[in-house]
Amino acid sequence: MSSHFESPIREPLILGNKTYKDVTNDIVKSTTGKVQPKWLFWTSISAVVASFGVFCLAWEVCFGIGTWGANKTVGWAWDITNFVWWIGIGHAGTLISAILLLFRQKWRTGVNRAAEAMTIFAVICAGLFPIFHMGRVWDAFFIFPYPNTRGPLWVNFNSPLLWDVFAISTYFTVSLLFWYTGLVPDFGTIRDQSKTPGRWKFYNFLSFGWIGTAKHWERWESLSLILAGLSTPLVLSVHTIVSFDFATSVVPGWHTTIMPPYFVAGAIFSGFAMVLTLMLIARSIMGLEEYITLAHIESMNKIILLTGTMVGIAYLTEIFTAWYSSNQYEQYAFANRAFGPYWWAYWSMMFCNLVSPQVFWIRKFRRNIALTFVMSILINIGMWFERFVIIVISLHRDYLPSSWLYYSPTWVEIGIFVGTMGIFMTLFLSFCRFFPAIAIAEVKSILKISGDQYRSKQLEEVKSQEVYQNTTTTAGTWD
Amino acid sequence: MSDTKKYLVGIFDDDDVLLHAVKDIRGAGYEISDAYTPFPVHGLEHELGLEPTRLHTAGFFFGATGLTVALSMITFINKFNYPTNVGGKPFFGLLAYIPIVFEHTVLFSAIGMTVSFYYLCKLWPGKKPKIIDERTTDHLFALTFELDNSKTSAYVSEVSDLLKKEGAIEVYQKEV
Repeated sequence: MSSHFESPIREPLILGNKTYKDVTNDIVKSTTGKVQPKWLFWTSISAVVASFGVFCLAWEVCFGIGTWGANKTVGWAWDITNFVWWIGIGHAGTLISAILLLFRQKWRTGVNRAAEAMTIFAVICAGLFPIFHMGRVWDAFFIFPYPNTRGPLWVNFNSPLLWDVFAISTYFTVSLLFWYTGLVPDFGTIRDQSKTPGRWKFYNFLSFGWIGTAKHWERWESLSLILAGLSTPLVLSVHTIVSFDFATSVVPGWHTTIMPPYFVAGAIFSGFAMVLTLMLIARSIMGLEEYITLAHIESMNKIILLTGTMVGIAYLTEIFTAWYSSNQYEQYAFANRAFGPYWWAYWSMMFCNLVSPQVFWIRKFRRNIALTFVMSILINIGMWFERFVIIVISLHRDYLPSSWLYYSPTWVEIGIFVGTMGIFMTLFLSFCRFFPAIAIAEVKSILKISGDQYRSKQLEEVKSQEVYQNTTTTAGTWD
Repeated sequence: MSDTKKYLVGIFDDDDVLLHAVKDIRGAGYEISDAYTPFPVHGLEHELGLEPTRLHTAGFFFGATGLTVALSMITFINKFNYPTNVGGKPFFGLLAYIPIVFEHTVLFSAIGMTVSFYYLCKLWPGKKPKIIDERTTDHLFALTFELDNSKTSAYVSEVSDLLKKEGAIEVYQKEV
């Protein structure tokens, strides 16, 4: 049993005395049986919202970018704000599945599958924005370097916007491969549990004929580890490159070297908030409380506290640097953020991202589900405002006071943003219904280490030892 | 299908018992055809005497290919094929190439390794699997012993007894 030992004072991650069979049944259950009315209701609502988003996109394509509030001074507005927001949300999935795999954090197994799905859907939503900002979307393929009859006139390899094209398409592809390869064995499990031939065929097709031999598992583990190793620098590079879109321009408020680390921390921060929003919903709708436990929620809240505080320090550092630089344009950019016409956006950002996560210093609050849900929504709002502050406030007053203006979005812009939320939720709810929302095989592989019945037994063994009885420690009181 | 093979199958319900059994059975000189498990059991490939996978080496070479392709393509395009003056920046600016070269390295490595994985495991969409026991993707573990014409009935009973002694909950023969 030595391979299954871990310090018994660590909290169990799987509750309810589960056996391997129970794990299969509990997770396969949500993909079978009758459609729940609750699921149908929310999926329909999401699909309606998504359809409205598609309508607004069609409107924009028919009548042009002029249907947006963006203009000469504020050339990037809601559109790029939404793009950066969605891309940031995607980062948590890769962090959970890749970085926490490398750090051997066992609590990732409960949430990694859904978080990776969230990454993929978020990147799909993010990708829509720059593509539709091009106006002539049918020419969107111009962004790729391909031999053409215009010279050939190639893309500009010195431009961060092109780096972004490569970063995001690579990120999407690698995340998709990582996610799908993880799903293959679990599709095999669902296939072998299916009762009807149609269902068997469907899941066998998805499972690629997986049978789980020792050699396949060895290769599968090797592949997962290397993909995790590749995704780790990849995820850090993606938001770094997104931040270069701003940091390499000579615009006060953008042209700072703090942008990359600040963006990466913010991405993880907002991503974990979205993971919590989704997991708290999925956990209660699908009855997964025994797999996504308070221990998982507490761990995620700790990461939120850490990254939120890092983002907060970055905000303060920016202000300090502006003052210390003695550059009046830089100083004005920050004064204008806090006290200009968009002061409400700046202070909302400060409150949601810097002040409110500080409640998570207290353990009781980290383990409070209602509070966590409220906080996750607040952080999502705050991080959207952060991008709005960076983009719109920095642009709306440029070097030429005659072109200063107050930007407001039109209904088309709002509709597209709300529509992407509909697309995202439709995809996520469909995923919960048809795919195994929790990594079945990975949960089984930690069952003997982190299942509550095994953990209690280990704890009893430790407590029965003499050395324990002679101490006054309160360790081992996770329950 | 015509190319079916006959197997002696031992079913286990615990991964620790399985690992121990594999060690003893191989120690007694019997050849195990394969093991089927619902999740990766650590150390099983070692106990079965399988060679370590070289998939990660392939990943390195795919990555190196991606790096070379990206670097040479960008250099060819920016420096030779259509040099464009962008704000007086050098036509060959290695630092500006780093992001794309890095992304391409990761992209080639990831795609190459994943395709190699499915190729090596012979897995593809719609493949008809040879399932030994449907419960091995659920909660049970299986060891198989191929029974060709050279195997006598004495061999079968010896292996069956050994499997039972090692804690197999079921032993049976199956043709797949």
